[in-house]
Amino acid sequence: MIGAVLQQVAALVAQIDPDEPLVRWIWISDNMDEIVGRGLQHLYLTLVAVVVGFVIAFPMAILASRHRWVVRPATWISGVLYTIPAIAFIFLLLPLTGLSLTTVAVPLIAYSLLILFRNTLAGLDAVDRDVKEAALGMGFSSRQLLWRVEVPLALPVIIAGLRIATVSAIGLVTVAALLGRGGFGQFILEGVDRFFPTPLVVGVVLSVAFAIVADLLLVGLQRLVTPWAKMAGTRTVAT
Amino acid sequence: MAMISLQQIEKRYPGTSAPAVRALSLDIEEGETVALVGPSGCGKTTTLKMINRLIEPTGGVLLLQGTDVLQRDPVELRRGIGYVIQHTGLMPHRTIRQNMATVPTLLGWDDTRAAQRVEELTEIFDLDPELLDRYPAELSGGQRQRVGVARALAADPPVMLMDEPFAAVDPIVRARLQDQFLDIQERLKKTIVFVTHDVDEAIKLSDRIAILNVGGVLEQFAPAEEILREPANDFVREFVGAERGLKRLALIKVGDIPLEAGPVVAPSATAEEARAAIEAGGFDFVSVVIDGELLGWIDRDMLDGATTVSDTTPRPFNAYVTARDSLRQALDAIVTSRSGVAVVATHGQHYKGILTLERISKEIIS
Repeated sequence: MIGAVLQQVAALVAQIDPDEPLVRWIWISDNMDEIVGRGLQHLYLTLVAVVVGFVIAFPMAILASRHRWVVRPATWISGVLYTIPAIAFIFLLLPLTGLSLTTVAVPLIAYSLLILFRNTLAGLDAVDRDVKEAALGMGFSSRQLLWRVEVPLALPVIIAGLRIATVSAIGLVTVAALLGRGGFGQFILEGVDRFFPTPLVVGVVLSVAFAIVADLLLVGLQRLVTPWAKMAGTRTVAT
Repeated sequence: MAMISLQQIEKRYPGTSAPAVRALSLDIEEGETVALVGPSGCGKTTTLKMINRLIEPTGGVLLLQGTDVLQRDPVELRRGIGYVIQHTGLMPHRTIRQNMATVPTLLGWDDTRAAQRVEELTEIFDLDPELLDRYPAELSGGQRQRVGVARALAADPPVMLMDEPFAAVDPIVRARLQDQFLDIQERLKKTIVFVTHDVDEAIKLSDRIAILNVGGVLEQFAPAEEILREPANDFVREFVGAERGLKRLALIKVGDIPLEAGPVVAPSATAEEARAAIEAGGFDFVSVVIDGELLGWIDRDMLDGATTVSDTTPRPFNAYVTARDSLRQALDAIVTSRSGVAVVATHGQHYKGILTLERISKEIIS
């Protein structure tokens, strides 16, 4: 397996003109518009994957924390979706949704679903029983308990899930280049096809930079919304 | 009318043959502190939680201020009852100030009123105002526990329920918290029901103790002194454990029992009179008292060469007890003193008399 990949990489490198520089800066300035456009597409697809995934996963997790019997089927379904390889998923959807955005968005959402469901549920489950009991004993209604106690206390773990889902979505979006909707992945594909290193390097560097920036932003968000977690030494649970 | 009345209360959990609590009846009067104690499985926590409906009784009637709790909305009911648990259950994501204002906020008090109440509680519980803007994780166990009790009293509920309130802190802190609790309760006169597995805590804090046996069977419900003096049966006798006599002594104040006058001389007395007083008293000393004020003690050796008592320098008593001390403290003073007797005086050193080992053991036997 690894041997085959290395052979391919060697073949690719052999076909590149040895005088070709790794990055042609003129290409970057000539293609600025496209880089920005691809970047927006990448951002858009990532947001769709994480936001839609969260909108589905969050109520699922709340339901599961209230009614334990939901846990099994919900974990099973999201688990099965997670095991389908991205490329296979896209080709399975092609006859149904064609070359549309949906064909790309559905697998991305499906992957974030499992991560977000599991983390949200783990976060809700990790809320101290004593805190919940005291809250009920003081007269919180069950809705107040959820929104004022359980969700805020689960936030560090929920945000940890969002970080993982976001970073993996950013990586997966590049695969959608196969359908011409891959954001920065498009440049990677283009570079490989044309034995031209510049777009390949641009695609890789920008994808990675995007993932790092998104992760840092989420860390910042967590610090901002859970000032108490630092002192409490709250454990974050990652799936 | 009893503040809280449990009438033939029963709790059965589905799928279990024996009820957790069966036919339990208890009347708790306004302003009294009642401890529920018993071995694990006796249903003491279940009983407590049935009062605020965290657990629903499956039989019987539970009246709070004359109304059936099952007829009331549980959320609204709980807002009117203070609730304290062992590990405090403070909300980690809320500051101490916000934690203390929890129930007032739920009740919709305006911010000024809630803030004012937090200030009051801070004072009552002798909390450092600097702690108010911290998070619970930044406080010590003892501080958190005090905040837990303060929070339960925030909306000034007439009734407070406490589930092992001081069990999670170390013994020294626990003793301090218990003393503070007694002080505050003396002022606020709440109706308090608390669960503990610690008989000594029950004796120290409660007006009456309900001793429960496995399955929520009430074995005895009486003031601590009575339970120690006359345990209703072998179960109670065994449960309150060894040192029943000593525990009772802790409940009786020195001022509650008649004192002996003891050997006393005035400084103007002659050495001869002083020697006679020592002889008559049966001890090896005599107290020197002038106009009711205790100057100290002298013995035979100190009288050598003296004509009157005023020629001597009476030595101060290392330990004396006051009328407000317990007989247990008096006993400690007796066994640690050289003379084998406790001298009773006020803090202003007004001589009251003496307490002997014989007198105390008479108290234990009675």
